[in-house]
Amino acid sequence: MFNYTLRRLLLAIPTLLFIALIIFLLLELSPGDPLADMPLTIPPEVREQMRMALGLGEAWYIRFYKWLYMFAVIEPSHVLAGMTGLDMALEGPRILSWQTRSPVADIIAQRLPQTLWVVGLSYVLGVLVAVPIGVYSAYRQYSWFDQAGSFVSMVGFSLPTFFTGPLLMLIFAVWLGWFPIIYDTTLVVDDWSTFLEQLRQMAMPVFVLTLYNAAQISRFMRASMLDNLNQDYVRTARAKGMNERVVVLIHVLRNSLIPVVTVIALGIPTVFTGAIITETIFRVNGLGQLLITAIYASDIPMVLTLSVVFAILIVLFNLIADLLYAFLDPRIRYD
Amino acid sequence: MADGALPVLDVKNLKTVFRTRAGDIHAVNSVSFDLKPGELLGVVGESGSGKSVTMMSLLRLLPMPPAEILQGQVMLGGRDLLTTGEDDLRAVRGREVGFIFQDPMTSLNPVFTVGFQIMEPLRRHMGMTRAQARRRAAELLQLVGIPDAERRLKDYPHQFSGGMRQRVMIAIALACDPQVLIADEPTTALDVTIQAQILELVKELRQKLGMAIIWITHDLGVIAGIADRVMVMYGGQVVEHGPVREIFRNPAHPYTRALLQTVPKVHGDRDDKLRVIEGQPPIMVTVPTACPFRDRCAHAFDRCARENPARREIAPGHDVACHWDHHEAAT
Ligand SMILES: Nc1ncnc2c1ncn2[C@@H]1O[C@H](COP(=O)(O)OP(=O)(O)O)[C@@H](O)[C@H]1O
Ligand SMILES: [Mg+2]
Repeated sequence: MFNYTLRRLLLAIPTLLFIALIIFLLLELSPGDPLADMPLTIPPEVREQMRMALGLGEAWYIRFYKWLYMFAVIEPSHVLAGMTGLDMALEGPRILSWQTRSPVADIIAQRLPQTLWVVGLSYVLGVLVAVPIGVYSAYRQYSWFDQAGSFVSMVGFSLPTFFTGPLLMLIFAVWLGWFPIIYDTTLVVDDWSTFLEQLRQMAMPVFVLTLYNAAQISRFMRASMLDNLNQDYVRTARAKGMNERVVVLIHVLRNSLIPVVTVIALGIPTVFTGAIITETIFRVNGLGQLLITAIYASDIPMVLTLSVVFAILIVLFNLIADLLYAFLDPRIRYD
Repeated sequence: MADGALPVLDVKNLKTVFRTRAGDIHAVNSVSFDLKPGELLGVVGESGSGKSVTMMSLLRLLPMPPAEILQGQVMLGGRDLLTTGEDDLRAVRGREVGFIFQDPMTSLNPVFTVGFQIMEPLRRHMGMTRAQARRRAAELLQLVGIPDAERRLKDYPHQFSGGMRQRVMIAIALACDPQVLIADEPTTALDVTIQAQILELVKELRQKLGMAIIWITHDLGVIAGIADRVMVMYGGQVVEHGPVREIFRNPAHPYTRALLQTVPKVHGDRDDKLRVIEGQPPIMVTVPTACPFRDRCAHAFDRCARENPARREIAPGHDVACHWDHHEAAT
């Protein structure tokens, strides 16, 4: 298993390099000028100097190599230094955002908590809600509970968040006034009342995303349970005299969770990429919103770095999902 | 085996239907039989004749819905299993009646160790501690002929061959020392040599433990050597029943006779023989008012289409459900 993991990790490196290169070249080819927003009165020579300062004068492969070096060596050392408090940050230029001229890593670190709070929380809540609903719906297939669950998840599934989001805002923020319309990104949680304030402003985006996540995962859980409830081993368990709780929650659930856990693990990177639409609608300044604004501003270092970080997360959680699968299913062995 | 002994299991007029979207299927129609202590009752019939549904109905192991037990009585230890509560019934399953199923590849839970699966009924019914159950589970594995039992408790089903898995199933079914063992085609999915081994094992265990056995098969040849009595089923009903010698020497129902011709005398020349009875067992969409076998029967006459024959005794302990008089024809 260890060898397998190591081999997969090593294989991931060329994959990720290739992904980074493709993203870099795509951004290179894309129209858009980082200086487009500068006043037209700036003389051409100055404009050229500014381009040089951004590093745009060099050949693309040199720029790619420089970015890669900063991304793989300098930035991780700063991140580690920031996390451990040790003085281990390496000397050297950092990846700077063209918009703000500050290091990309710092901006990401600033935005990450908002995303984790809102999107991460709704993922966790979605899973916690979905698993029991999926289990019970399957066990009581076609009951009124199952029918109601199917209806709600179909709604959650098919109504896009850009519809449910504004709808909720209209009802609960504009008409009823229960929740703030604007997500106050400067709010610092340091006491009870600011904590409540944070909960209030998170409520709507978290609800919208939880509904969406729960809809998907509960359907998946239900299907997996139904697959297993008809298996012969379930009849064996009943023939042994096991009660329904043991049959369903131990024998069937343990088998049904295998694919569901895998799907949940595969979905975790989407927590970090942020729910772009929901973040934009509710003005949560998380990573999803950061990516969107960076794309609009042609902030290539930011877009490139974020995209590659997301790619790493996806590759990593793919590996984790595979390992979880082997861990949960004794029939699977990687070696 | 002893004649006149009180039966451990007494089934009367069992009727089971499946309420499917396409309509009802009368899978079991007024089936009655009993089982004496220590006896081996062979149940024979082509696939689809209602053997499994009958046996699962006894312990209400069928999915309900679509299955529904319309009537009947299943007496075991002085109570009717069809009317006892769920909790009492669960105390019977695995404790007083053990079950072995056809396909050992799918009958064990793939994600739990064999040890866990044998220990479950021990802990549930016998109130054993984990350590006691583990010790007993190892003994059971040894009993069913799995070498290195102690260590194999930690293995998962996929680490066993088909025959070994069926041995594990037998260990589970016998874990709590039941009075009755129901084996639903336990060797059908196995190779011929493995079949013989499993058969041998059950004979041996029966000597040792003395439980009564219901052995279901679609192959009369399999039970010729081990059954005390044979019950032949067709179209969800019992068409003939009697002591094993009677059934083999003096079969009365045309269906039993046809089945007997399919029993191979020598290994190998079986495929031709199987074609003796042409056609398929019927799917009973109504309560039968005619003999279910008449379309495939060489001796059918007008009465067979008018009236479903009732079981009638033709010799001590030997009964048949057929209008045709085989003695008359023989002379
Ligand atoms: N789950 C089910 N739904 C509908 N019909 C069923 C179901 N299970 C069994 N049957 C029907 O019951 C009849 C008897 O089946 P079964 O007892 O399995 O036969 P056997 O064990 O003798 O091969 C068959 O006609 C079959 O189609
Ligand atoms: Mg069967």
